[in-house]
Amino acid sequence: MSRRTLGFLAVGLLLALLVAGVGSYYASSSPDGLEWSAEEEGFGDTARDSATADSPLADYAVSGVDDGRLSGGVAGVIGVLVTLALAGGLTLVLRRRSGAASAAGQDAGGQDAGQQDAGEPVAADRAG
Amino acid sequence: MHVPDGFLDAPTSVATGLVAAGTVAVALRGARRELDERTAPLAGLTAAFVFAVQMMNFPVGAGTSGHLIGGALTAILVGPWTAVLCMTVVLVVQAVLFADGGLTALGTNVTLMGLVAVVLGYGVFRLLVRLLPPTRTAVLAGAAAGALISVPASALAFVGLFAVGGVADVSLGAVAATMGGIHLFIGAGEAAITVAVLGAVLTVRPDLVHGAAHLRRPTDLAPRPQVAPAAGAAR
Repeated sequence: MSRRTLGFLAVGLLLALLVAGVGSYYASSSPDGLEWSAEEEGFGDTARDSATADSPLADYAVSGVDDGRLSGGVAGVIGVLVTLALAGGLTLVLRRRSGAASAAGQDAGGQDAGQQDAGEPVAADRAG
Repeated sequence: MHVPDGFLDAPTSVATGLVAAGTVAVALRGARRELDERTAPLAGLTAAFVFAVQMMNFPVGAGTSGHLIGGALTAILVGPWTAVLCMTVVLVVQAVLFADGGLTALGTNVTLMGLVAVVLGYGVFRLLVRLLPPTRTAVLAGAAAGALISVPASALAFVGLFAVGGVADVSLGAVAATMGGIHLFIGAGEAAITVAVLGAVLTVRPDLVHGAAHLRRPTDLAPRPQVAPAAGAAR
């Protein structure tokens, strides 16, 4: 992976951590569209607590941490990192590999993958 | 939009669970075609980013709030099959760790936000991109329309499920009007966030955006002229 791509990903992750860790404290705490509609139309009381309602992170708060800013921020950061690990791990497993070992084991498919990767420096040079 | 446990009866929840499982199974195959060495890390980051932005509820008046779903944004950034997987991961993390959206409603939430929002959001985007000239503005306009429509579409899909398996005996027409109306406003917020994020990524790394592949100049693509003779010679 090029340094430019790494830098882009690092900035994106930093933004996500800032939004979840700091920005979320300032989010609206009003009921969301579905909750509000359910109350308006009289089926809000049919909601049941989730089996995970006792989770130490339930409702985006760390149980035992009294400071709302810290509690919500830590919960948000944990959520971002867990999501990144799970989604990133899954997509890395699923991706087409362009390494020499896998290319040797494939025919036309391997060639296609190689071509696409060969295209990256061109695009990167133009944008940079 | 996260449906809690209890709103829908067990048979409906089982049915949406099966729909969600089938969708994810198909997406696991489809995503292989979208993901390579460059796009796989972006997909992981996009999921994490969507999780973060979903925490940012914005007020939409009448004492109500909404937040980004991100189905259209994710599909345009990394491709629709990968978006189904990213949205599913976000929803699983939210339901299991944060008790946001019910556990028995997980299939419902994956169906609404991982399937309906992605299919509608990306479908409208593709349609507009095909009709409009191949410009950055058209990509952003398509993204805005897709994002805007994806939210009330998901809301009305919920009403459809509620018609089949809602446990409360209330007027369906009124539920549809209330859900559709408020989610049109939330959809406007969805469109604004989608355009802001997509515009930023298109500015710094247009080459990473799945839905903007048609904007790339031919020279940016694979060096096909060099390969074609070789392929011919091999035959």
